[in-house]
Amino acid sequence: MLRFTEEHEWLRLEDGIATVGITAHAAEQLGDLVFVELPKIGMQLTKGAPAAVVESVKAASDVYAPLDGEVTEVNEVAVSNPASVSADPQGAGWLYRMRLTDPAAMEALLDAAAYDALDK
Amino acid sequence: MPASAAESVPFERTPLHDLHLRLGARMVPFAGYAMPVQYPAGLLKEHLHARAAAGLFDVSHMGQIALRADDPAEAARALEALMPTDVVGLPPGRQRYGLLTDEAGGILDDLMVANLGDRLVLVVNAAHKGADAAHLQACLPGAVSIEKLDRGLLALQGPAAEAVLTVLAPEVAGMRFMDAREIEVAGVPCLVTRSGYTGEDGFEISTPLAATEAIAEALLADAAVLPVGLGARDSLRLEAGLCLYGADIDAATSPVEAGLTLAISPARRGGGSRSGGFPGAARILAEIQQGPARRRIGLLPEGRAPVRAGAPLFAAADDAVSVGRVTSGGFGPSLGAPAAMGYLPAAMTESGTRVFAEVRGQRLPAIVTGLPFVAAGFKRG
Repeated sequence: MLRFTEEHEWLRLEDGIATVGITAHAAEQLGDLVFVELPKIGMQLTKGAPAAVVESVKAASDVYAPLDGEVTEVNEVAVSNPASVSADPQGAGWLYRMRLTDPAAMEALLDAAAYDALDK
Repeated sequence: MPASAAESVPFERTPLHDLHLRLGARMVPFAGYAMPVQYPAGLLKEHLHARAAAGLFDVSHMGQIALRADDPAEAARALEALMPTDVVGLPPGRQRYGLLTDEAGGILDDLMVANLGDRLVLVVNAAHKGADAAHLQACLPGAVSIEKLDRGLLALQGPAAEAVLTVLAPEVAGMRFMDAREIEVAGVPCLVTRSGYTGEDGFEISTPLAATEAIAEALLADAAVLPVGLGARDSLRLEAGLCLYGADIDAATSPVEAGLTLAISPARRGGGSRSGGFPGAARILAEIQQGPARRRIGLLPEGRAPVRAGAPLFAAADDAVSVGRVTSGGFGPSLGAPAAMGYLPAAMTESGTRVFAEVRGQRLPAIVTGLPFVAAGFKRG
């Protein structure tokens, strides 16, 4: 299942684990990324709280936790090569994975059509 | 009648406004103007291109001011009363970087002053051009006329700039860094200086307003040239260790603290032929003798996280009280690393000193370094 947030994160759920990243729209708005800071494995995330930071040449942007959960994995390539996030933000440029406290809560998030319809 | 929503004040437009839109620029407000922060190439590519080939910048928002007097030397003498610059000794055909100072020895603005023989031409920052003109109006004697020039201003910067511009203006090949000449560009009379704000070789071209777009398009037609926006302009000048007024220098900063003694001409210093005689001279000349309490330095963060303007600086990771502040900072695309400038107490400004910048609640180590971060490419001598 693929869902989106109004803060321009996407998440894809597989076996209770959600992979999270920034949307192509967000990546395009930010421009070339030069720095990525990811949460520590094991960190407890609360929906809406800052989980990661992506920085372009111009400014830093927070990436928020889309739902409650625990960080299980982070994408080291995003850290060592921030350009990889800019290049494929919704694929190889994923940022972190989290075990969702309540996977069913994902249903209520925006689907692709609803995200595209947002006034961006 | 219902109350109307607050009318947004329309932004001023440079003569290249329509061209920017045609080029796909992302426009942002800057100093009351709609300006291009980037084009579709993006900040990294635009920055790197300016150092590899040639970037074209619209800087028409900046202020251009002509000072005239029946005797040109009178205009020069009059301006010397406002700046620690040797204007009287500035030969025709040459330009200098200078500072308008205030009575407290702070900096009111930084600018370029060029001697064109029958007049001096000043290029001042966009955000202060109104205040600068008012300051000149209030302080210069009536015998010196002040004319705000309604002209375009283009900057062509990079190692390919000379090759590109000589096609439209063959004479520029003979210009040295900081020469200022009236030259025809594509058949149009312009004022060209060999200078810029990137650390690269390049030219600034003052154009008749109506000719700005055509000259810009002629330059962009050269395969070596890409348009470059304000975003990359900022990362280029940061890497070059150049100050941004309002960030690294302001009325609370003395030229000596800022490391801009190059803008205090020898003739105006203690022992010079026209020592002092500018606002704040007592403080500034004393600081040259005794050293300032704090100095502007370069900083190289040890990690990958950029350290940006406003970050407090600490001598030790767990100190409670800051000792300085970052005034400019970001990512240097040519460096491939973050870079910053700021102020520290003079005793802490030796290269290699480790300090800590507070970023998002963490104390990140950074090393004091000399400036520029990237070596200059000026065509001197």
